[in-house]
Amino acid sequence: MKTMRRDFLKVSGAAALAAALPGCATTGGGSAGRVVVVGGGYGGATAAKYLRMWSNGGVDVTLVEPNAQFVSCPISNLVLGGSKTIADVTVSYDNLVKRHGVKLVKDTAVGVDPDKRTVTLASGQVLAYDRLILSPGIDFMYEQLKVLESADAQARVLHSWKAGPQTVALRRQLEAMPNGGVYAVSIPVAPYRCPPGPYERACQVAWYFKQQKPKSKVLILDGNPDVTSKAGLFKKAWAEEYKGIVEYRPNHVLTDVDVRTLTAKFETSDDVKADVLNVLPPQRAGTIARAAGVVTANNRWCEVDFLSFESVKVKNVHVLGDAIQIAPGMPKSGHMANQHAKVCAAAVLELLAGRAPSPTPVLTNTCYSFITDKDVVHVASVHQYDADKKTMVAVAGAGGLSPGMSALEGTYAFAWAKNIWADTLA
Amino acid sequence: MHRSVPRFAASLAAAALVGSMPAPAAAQAPHPELGRNLAATCANCHGTGGVSAGVTASLAGTPKADLLAKMQDFKAGRRPGTIMPQLAKGYTDPQIESLAAWFAAQKAPQ
Repeated sequence: MKTMRRDFLKVSGAAALAAALPGCATTGGGSAGRVVVVGGGYGGATAAKYLRMWSNGGVDVTLVEPNAQFVSCPISNLVLGGSKTIADVTVSYDNLVKRHGVKLVKDTAVGVDPDKRTVTLASGQVLAYDRLILSPGIDFMYEQLKVLESADAQARVLHSWKAGPQTVALRRQLEAMPNGGVYAVSIPVAPYRCPPGPYERACQVAWYFKQQKPKSKVLILDGNPDVTSKAGLFKKAWAEEYKGIVEYRPNHVLTDVDVRTLTAKFETSDDVKADVLNVLPPQRAGTIARAAGVVTANNRWCEVDFLSFESVKVKNVHVLGDAIQIAPGMPKSGHMANQHAKVCAAAVLELLAGRAPSPTPVLTNTCYSFITDKDVVHVASVHQYDADKKTMVAVAGAGGLSPGMSALEGTYAFAWAKNIWADTLA
Repeated sequence: MHRSVPRFAASLAAAALVGSMPAPAAAQAPHPELGRNLAATCANCHGTGGVSAGVTASLAGTPKADLLAKMQDFKAGRRPGTIMPQLAKGYTDPQIESLAAWFAAQKAPQ
């Protein structure tokens, strides 16, 4: 690694001089490099925008995304609670195209050739790249829950862990459920997307029940030995705000589901029958990561060099967001994905110009969870690059939790959403 | 947007000089885009370039001394808040200096 960097610096002197020649730094025709970004979530959309913005339009950026619009996972639990609609968490990709000149291709990436530096799309179109940024999110490991592999099973036992039609469908199931029914949510063993998300979801469903169906119950069936995030704050909410509604059961690793009777089965505990059964299956990096050969950790996640988010295995391919193998204390969150993207965008611009990326990246995480429709708690952290350990390290003494839920933090949470949606897409 | 053209070009020139120096000297020089990159960590809550779309404060165009004092007060626990006292503790003093200088150099929102 050291030798490589020294050689790289020698070369980069010449490359940087060449890049500084008049006319080269300011051309808008894409001569400064071609970047293909796969996935228009918090990571990919942010990377696409910042690459264009920070290169002043000098770098050619193509964003490949199958969905017509961005639907935010953060805040989407409020759609289940009923205080927000899916439209409230949906944002257009238009500004990326119109304001920033990102080339948006509505398609799915299905193959990567790292030698030829090409991406193949489902339509058959082939895109060439100098640098490829994969922000593929998560896919579900149905091989561990074969009973949920069919579309019919997935329509009845929803995950709603990718915001969109599944979110709306789960809200409809909750609306159709009689007062006195049981909603059960199964949480996989960590790591999974958005550690506090399932517990916030339990709060939001409980909030709905408390208003509309007070005899109903929320059962949290957690594959983990304890609440994985904001444990004290959530447990307090369940004991006070949602007393008699929410029941938490740890160590419930889901092994099977009877889809017809909505019964969840576990390694060691008794079966649980629900009226609405919501299963978050175990997760891994989105499928295109496998096709690109960047899945290196436990056959699930992608290890990256945190200076650039370049894959440790495949050159010129960078990975962002939930798909990466995280350093300790780095949650899989939308906020983090947006932060990864900016470090990656800065690094890619340096690399395209033949220079080394900044050696001191910083990442923050801020995660708000809604207990009611307006009362919120947070967890925050700051992560600095440790050059000796070659990883991101959470700064000791920094970060922390809310002392308790508050409407003030609710106001900040909505402001956060507005700003991060704009920072990612506008 | 317009101001970023000379900035980008200037940083290229600076990087070219740094790049042609011996490696140890290059390692000690602050990265030319350090302020911009650090300021981008604030954008999730304070808006791209420090221009906020919500009730969170805009930081663009804030005098450097004001931002520096606020951050240091958050960091030292002298200024109350929800998240900022916790986040400020995660940045080194030179990093706070660098991002405060960058925000101060931006145009304040209308």
